[in-house]
Amino acid sequence: MSKEIKVSLVGNPNTGKTSIFNSLTGLNQKIGNYPGVTVDKKEGIYYSQNGTKVKILDLPGIYSLNATSADEHIVVKLLTNSENKDFPDLAVIISDIENLKRNLFLFTQVKDLKIPCLLVINMIDVMEKKGVSLNIPVLEKKLNTKIALVSTRKNIGVVELKRLIENYKDFSKKKTIDINSIDSTYFKNLKKLYPDEEIYKLWVLINQIEFFNEPKNSKIDLSRLEIKSDHDMKRLQQKEAIKRYQFINDVLKQGLKIDSSKAKDFRNKLDKILTHRIWGYTIFFALLLLIFQAIYDWATVPMDFIDSAFASLAEWIKTTFPAGGKVTALIAEGLISGIGGVVIFIPQIAFLFLFISILEETGYMSRVVFLMDRIMRRFGVSGKSVVPLISGTACAIPAIMATRNIENWKERLITILVTPFMTCSARLPVYLIIIALVIPDGKLFGLSYQALALMLLYLIGLIMAIFSAFLLDKIIRSKRKKFFVIEMPNYRLPLFKNVFITVIEKTKIFVFEAGKIILSISIILWVMASYGPDENFDNAEIIITEQFESLSSQELDDKVSAHKLENSFIGIIGKSIEPVIKPLGYDWKIGIALVTSFAAREVFIGTLATIYSVGSTQEDENIETIKQKMLNERRSDGTKVFTIATGISLLIFYAFAMQCMSTLAIVKRETKSWKWPLLQLLFMTIIAYISALVCYQVLS
Amino acid sequence: MSFTIADLKIGEKGIIAECASIDIPNKLIQMGCLPGNQVELLHYAPFSDPIFVNINGSYLAIRKETAALISIEKSYE
Repeated sequence: MSKEIKVSLVGNPNTGKTSIFNSLTGLNQKIGNYPGVTVDKKEGIYYSQNGTKVKILDLPGIYSLNATSADEHIVVKLLTNSENKDFPDLAVIISDIENLKRNLFLFTQVKDLKIPCLLVINMIDVMEKKGVSLNIPVLEKKLNTKIALVSTRKNIGVVELKRLIENYKDFSKKKTIDINSIDSTYFKNLKKLYPDEEIYKLWVLINQIEFFNEPKNSKIDLSRLEIKSDHDMKRLQQKEAIKRYQFINDVLKQGLKIDSSKAKDFRNKLDKILTHRIWGYTIFFALLLLIFQAIYDWATVPMDFIDSAFASLAEWIKTTFPAGGKVTALIAEGLISGIGGVVIFIPQIAFLFLFISILEETGYMSRVVFLMDRIMRRFGVSGKSVVPLISGTACAIPAIMATRNIENWKERLITILVTPFMTCSARLPVYLIIIALVIPDGKLFGLSYQALALMLLYLIGLIMAIFSAFLLDKIIRSKRKKFFVIEMPNYRLPLFKNVFITVIEKTKIFVFEAGKIILSISIILWVMASYGPDENFDNAEIIITEQFESLSSQELDDKVSAHKLENSFIGIIGKSIEPVIKPLGYDWKIGIALVTSFAAREVFIGTLATIYSVGSTQEDENIETIKQKMLNERRSDGTKVFTIATGISLLIFYAFAMQCMSTLAIVKRETKSWKWPLLQLLFMTIIAYISALVCYQVLS
Repeated sequence: MSFTIADLKIGEKGIIAECASIDIPNKLIQMGCLPGNQVELLHYAPFSDPIFVNINGSYLAIRKETAALISIEKSYE
């Protein structure tokens, strides 16, 4: 027997669905896409003892078949369409012992679609502690199914679960409730329209009509179905819910006993502290500091290592392969540094998701949302946007990937769009050098002007993010009503395996999906910086040597590099935008640095170093030399380039501009279209331009 | 004058009497926010919004504006 078995995992969020998926498939899983939506499709396989291939699809967590978000709709769409290639032979409904009643609601709905259903009751290891006892034979009989008792934490029941899955053919398709009884005339009419279809399926589809782009579900033309007024639909849905809970209560009366005296109020005590108006915030901010420390500071150790490893690899290639060859240069400088530019982000992403997945696994994340909702609500987002926004202060890339937790698409989009305004660590080197250049020494209330300036820049980023969120909330229209209901799951110790898999998964997504785009852009930028259109570029050595005969060879090399960059394609672009950036107080040299630093903000300084022909030896002295050079830069009329007006204009430009191709790439990945990253680029650049313009014109 | 979930104090319980408003999220209904089921207020967030409740055995956080739509009979134990 070699036919493959298709299994869908269905269940409420927080029931340990993903743990069961991980237990069944191990690392044998992959993430794909559902066509047209921004939901990840998680699939995995395992082979049974007799060699049958079992394909497991981990569907997004849902509470019921009345979907309210795109994630949830995916589940409904699949389960109502038997022609879909992923349509399951068996639906495995995951429930947990503490919320059995609510989990069974979904179970009865899926079962009424006439799909064979297996019920998994997870977390049975805590059964005794919670004072719960189950009568499995009664439950199996009343629910007309087989039940697997599992604890992924203690590794109990997975083998039995696999055995049950393999016998999927034995499962009953009997329904649980009679949907006709909630409104017999209405359902009789439906039945007349499609006599061959399952009546409950039609009802589920009607409830979903707003989600279907085209009202066609293979055989069923949804536009022909009768839809009642919102109020009547709501009434029917409520009737269905009551009917189901009647059925469930009846089942559980005999199948479930809870001795509530055993239930500990540990959770209650912990909640009192963690959501306390003083302690709650104190603990949250302490945790934030820790996360911040990790991505801002600890991550620099592996990042520096990656940086130097790629630098020596490039060096090794340059010395090993034929010198002066174009291919060698492309590999050493374009390709290797491009890949290095992707890999360098891995430590930050891994650290952030290590923390986030631990916070999620323990149940603490819901408490953060609970604490912060009131404050964030005013700006059109909810408590769920807090963690991504704050992580953005380290790096926008992992921060944007962390918006996955926000179910409401509009809220998530707003968070993605405003996160790059937060002051990320790549802006810091640019800020530091310009502040040192133009902000005078001196103190105000014991704080140096320079420190104050830096703090103001962080504040401006935050204000801009919040203000844009507020505006976007007014501008972006959404068909779906926003609502806020979040589950506050019980506290648990995190499972190492789940945390580990999340970190691996997020890193993979970044490296393989955003990485492609980052690599292509960085190669394009490299080519544009390494080639020029005419002999001014090609003959740089000769021109410079003729001009400055007396110089040492090191100084000559520096001059040649500067001349080359000036006459490369990118240099020409930088020069040609001079009229546009002149009102901001920039000259063409700054223009070139603006263009190259699109790869990453910190490249700004490196580019200026090349243009001012500072050379590339001794990094620490280098910064001082660049500063000196920048201080002495003069315009054609003899005035200083880096006046306070130019400096502040530059600071403001970097605060607001989307100078980061990696962020664009990840926004493309997370929104699954180029529309949003391009709009983001456009608007952030416009905002940056106008603000810098105003600053310069007022100050100069 | 009828009570709603928003009128409960910490530790107080009630039985849901009516939740027919069109503005009550479906999700809440399907989790068992239905007439006859019990609700208990567990905590407030700072600034007393959102609120943390147990409805029909589910531990949930909802905003006050939603809570004010669900009328209850207070139960005194």
